[in-house]
Amino acid sequence: MAYSEKVIDHYNDPRNVGSFTKNDDQVGTGLVGAPECGDVMKLQIKVEDEKIVDAKFKTFGCGSAIASSSLATEWVKGKTLDEALAIQNTEIVKELSLPPVKIHCSVLAEDAIKAAIKDYRKRQDIAIESPAA
Amino acid sequence: MKLPIYLDYNATTPTDPRVVETMMPYFTQTYGNAASRNHQFGWEAEKAVEKARDLLGETIGGSGREIVLTSGATESNNLAILGAADFYKDKGRHIITSPIEHKAVIDPCQALEQRGYEVTFLDVDADGCISLEQLEKSIRPDTVLVSLMAGNNEIGTLSPLEEIGKITRKNGVLFHTDATQAVGKIPVDVERMNIDLLSCTAHKMYGPKGMGALYVRRKKPRVRLSPIMFGGGHERGMRSGTLNVPGIVGFAKALELCRDEMESEAERQTALRERLHKRLRAALDHIKLNGHPTQRLPNNLNVSFGYVEGESLIMGTSDIAVSSGSACTSASLEPSYVLRALGIGDDLAHSSIRFGVGRFTTEEEIDYTADKMIFAVKRLREMSPLYEMAQEGIDLSTVEWTPH
Ligand SMILES: Cc1ncc(COP(=O)(O)O)c(C=O)c1O
Ligand code: FES
Repeated sequence: MAYSEKVIDHYNDPRNVGSFTKNDDQVGTGLVGAPECGDVMKLQIKVEDEKIVDAKFKTFGCGSAIASSSLATEWVKGKTLDEALAIQNTEIVKELSLPPVKIHCSVLAEDAIKAAIKDYRKRQDIAIESPAA
Repeated sequence: MKLPIYLDYNATTPTDPRVVETMMPYFTQTYGNAASRNHQFGWEAEKAVEKARDLLGETIGGSGREIVLTSGATESNNLAILGAADFYKDKGRHIITSPIEHKAVIDPCQALEQRGYEVTFLDVDADGCISLEQLEKSIRPDTVLVSLMAGNNEIGTLSPLEEIGKITRKNGVLFHTDATQAVGKIPVDVERMNIDLLSCTAHKMYGPKGMGALYVRRKKPRVRLSPIMFGGGHERGMRSGTLNVPGIVGFAKALELCRDEMESEAERQTALRERLHKRLRAALDHIKLNGHPTQRLPNNLNVSFGYVEGESLIMGTSDIAVSSGSACTSASLEPSYVLRALGIGDDLAHSSIRFGVGRFTTEEEIDYTADKMIFAVKRLREMSPLYEMAQEGIDLSTVEWTPH
């Protein structure tokens, strides 16, 4: 299969590879996919005042999955949580020129963003609730 | 050393220049139809075909008269299975095969199931070996055919053909073997192994693509097949169609070269394969060999690089031509059914790479390949959430995943 230039670029030079500590209240972690499906993405966001100030990812998956998650970290940085929630997989497909068989890689990246935000919000709820309790 | 490096000799092989040279006159000079009985053009073509046929038959322990020339192993397998099933349908409608056969065996068997035949798929163990005991127990009064491959195209595991042949002969059922990956690489003898039907193809042994053969035993027992294509009645009525004379001549030349160089090449290619395996293993942890460690094709190495997905690995080593059992490399998004049948786990199936070395592979190419693979695996593991979790001591089988 021939890859688009942008996929190759992200694959060769992935942006924001790495991990934040999971237990930081400022951090939200999304872990989506499954090893037996051949793709697992971990996307983490660091949030200050409802704004994503940093993001990191690690991906087990094909080149398109790596590129989709690398792009996702680039896109969420600087966005508010609500803005990041609005990112659609179709935008990733378009940006990376993914062929139909690789659409699920972009879906996974969208899911990872949503899962990270959900995790962050859950942590905030707990953090807010626990002092009161 | 020239890039890219071809290490996919189990998929196909380049045509040897000596083979091409042998074929050339049969395009432009000796171009007659081998079935033309009334002029010199036809006679010469026929003579060349008969000579090639004899070489093909005799090299595998049979005779030229037992060779049906086909378009490749896919056709040979279809003819053997569908042809025998139909011809012997009054004797019975039960066939035995295995789940790791090539699709060109599995699919005709499944087509027969649709038509009311019964097919037993034997179990295979973690190395891809069948149990002879289970084979013997599976034979019933209505069993007509056992089809088991000589060497597996993905994982290289060899079948004990001689032992299988003893069982099928004793029980009076036909034995077909898809020997596509074995003929030309390891000794195959239809007499010693009691093989009744054998498929092979030229393009896996440095011959042209689109050229194959089916060995059909003529005596003890005389095997009969219903044709699957109808026409001019060529090949004793079993396979109609004008013979591909240059292809046939090239096929014979290719097999002759393989036969003459078999022992030294098997040894050389095994050494190259082992060299690659050792180097990978020395530099990387979490590597799993797929297929039998010793009972395997001399040129095949199949390994899973844990926590790294196969397609991304191939992308990172794009000047090396290999293949992967990963779903991401296939349109179906299912990982290799062969690796799944071994029960190695879908995650490791996604991480598998098949290396096939061949006649033109050099030690320099192997060393380059090893370095490149090691570099790419290390880089991808740094990017792999699974490797990170494994390093942290998390048991991945206890994680709640979200399969999609
Ligand atoms: C074991 C096996 N059987 C059958 C085939 C099909 O052969 P052909 O390409 O000649 O149809 C192949 C090759 O792809 C093979 O490896
Ligand atoms: S992760 Fe399998 S196709 Fe992308």
